[in-house]
Amino acid sequence: MTTRRIAVVSAGLSNPSSTRMLADRLAAETVKALAERDIDATVDVIELRDHAHDITNNMLTGFAPPALETAINTVVSADALIAVTPIFSTSYSGLFKSFIDVLDPDALAGKPVLIGANAGTPRHSLAIDYAIRPLFAYLHADAVSTGVFAASSDWGGGGDDVAPLAKRVEKGARELADAVARREAATIADPFDPATYLGEGRSFGHMLGGLAGE
Amino acid sequence: MSEQSGAQAMQFGIMSVSDITRDPTTGVTPSEQERIKATLAIATHAEEVGLDVFAIGEHHNPPFWSSSPTTFLAALAAQTERLIVSTSTTLITTNDPVRIAEEYAMLQHVSDGRMDLMLGRGNTGPVYPWFGQDIRQGLPLAIENYALLHKLWREDVVDWEGKFRTPLQGFTSTPRPLDGIAPFVWHGSIRTPEIAEQAAYYGDGFFANNIFWPKEHYQRLIELYRQRFEHYGHGTREQAIVGLGGQVFMAAKSQDAVNQFRPYFDNAPVYGHGPSMEDFTEMTPLTVGSPQQVIDRYAAMREHYGDYQRQLFLIDHAGLPLKTVLEQLDILGSEVVPVLRKELAKDRPAGVPDAPTHAARVKATYGDGPTRQARPGANRGDNLTADSPYEDTPAPAGAAFGLGRKGA
Repeated sequence: MTTRRIAVVSAGLSNPSSTRMLADRLAAETVKALAERDIDATVDVIELRDHAHDITNNMLTGFAPPALETAINTVVSADALIAVTPIFSTSYSGLFKSFIDVLDPDALAGKPVLIGANAGTPRHSLAIDYAIRPLFAYLHADAVSTGVFAASSDWGGGGDDVAPLAKRVEKGARELADAVARREAATIADPFDPATYLGEGRSFGHMLGGLAGE
Repeated sequence: MSEQSGAQAMQFGIMSVSDITRDPTTGVTPSEQERIKATLAIATHAEEVGLDVFAIGEHHNPPFWSSSPTTFLAALAAQTERLIVSTSTTLITTNDPVRIAEEYAMLQHVSDGRMDLMLGRGNTGPVYPWFGQDIRQGLPLAIENYALLHKLWREDVVDWEGKFRTPLQGFTSTPRPLDGIAPFVWHGSIRTPEIAEQAAYYGDGFFANNIFWPKEHYQRLIELYRQRFEHYGHGTREQAIVGLGGQVFMAAKSQDAVNQFRPYFDNAPVYGHGPSMEDFTEMTPLTVGSPQQVIDRYAAMREHYGDYQRQLFLIDHAGLPLKTVLEQLDILGSEVVPVLRKELAKDRPAGVPDAPTHAARVKATYGDGPTRQARPGANRGDNLTADSPYEDTPAPAGAAFGLGRKGA
């Protein structure tokens, strides 16, 4: 069995939060789907509420305080990301976007992402596709085609009869597991390795172009 | 020459970003004239209290005043005898490298070699278009412009063609560097590994900002610079030339320092309204407390970064009044730096080079022999066909610079 690491980002503000409940279901189902593909997965959950002050501080100072830096490294080095946000005023929450904003813009490129969102009413369900998905498209992340939206009614049991929440969770998780299974384990290029910024086997003379005669 | 001798293991000094900031405790914002004169007073006092270096930043927008560092530093050199005048940083991206070559060579002559400079890319986005450049080209500009600057100081006659600047044909940058020795260059960086690589490639100094971010960021940069300095054959990693920033605020009683500095910290444009002063001092090298706390924190820098050559403190920003800054200098000069000099000299390995000075670099090139004195020849204005526009004897053995085409 091979091993992969899933990072879960939950932007819910209350505790307990239905955002976190959805995140946990998506994570559990993804682990199960990966197990069926002979992949052992570990899960790291990041509650953005715990980092709210640090995220603001990072914006003001340009560096992440230690706890936030650990969280960021967990996300950018993971094999896949499950990102779940409440819908506020027709879009992702400000805290969720602020976290995305302190990441390196290239950090999520190519990473499989499963998007989840929740709100009080199913009328917000399209926010996943008109607001959240474009954000990940901009970041060149690889968001799977199913996004899982949960309204309050989904938790009450009287939600969608045709495609109940459990089914949608299972579908999204399966797509994410497939995306992870298709890929090699994630490797992070060390920005302080000369091979990363110069290119393998090259020296500074190449950055000088013809100027240094190399 | 009033230059101090070459044997100086560590240089200590201060650096200013030239901000004009409202004093949050009085509501008073100094005028540009007041702040410029205050900075001259601060810098000359730095020499009086026994510090070695004063460095000024370069900015082209309010609330900063230092758009013309060499003019300011020339005045400062004229008012001091021993102080090394430097920059933190000179913008290698938006300045024409020809102007940098000329202005800093002039500063080198009028200061009798008591100068060096630090190059940086600058982090104020709008500056680039004001000077006809594009911030997205920041790194290529830093690399190409420095390649030209390096050449202009080392070759009397330069042909040049690059991506960013008008080509040069048979161009001579004047005056030629003092004694034929190019000014020493530090490459300053907050985060960019390519700049550490650049410093290492040329065997120049590397200066880590060491102010705004946790030490781990700078450790990686300095380690990279040391490793690449060795890779490019300039010596062992311990022989690389490292400088560090830092910032402190002191009072005899620790709590007094905290109380006095807090309103300035809380309202400072660079970090105010962000992390608490307590969090920020824990995460970064900012030290607010007693002189002993500053000594302990900065004596430990060599453990984080290895033995190094220059330590510059930022002490005159965020609206702190002149009187307070001068008091800070008194504490630095009398209680902190003398102890740090001793601490950092203790068990310093023999192979670690002294801080760079013009005198030491002259000696390394010429020994005790005569230095180059460039005298324009009769063929001036005819660089394209003549060998060199200068008649100068003697040429140093194994000249480090080209003497026109014949030598190139």
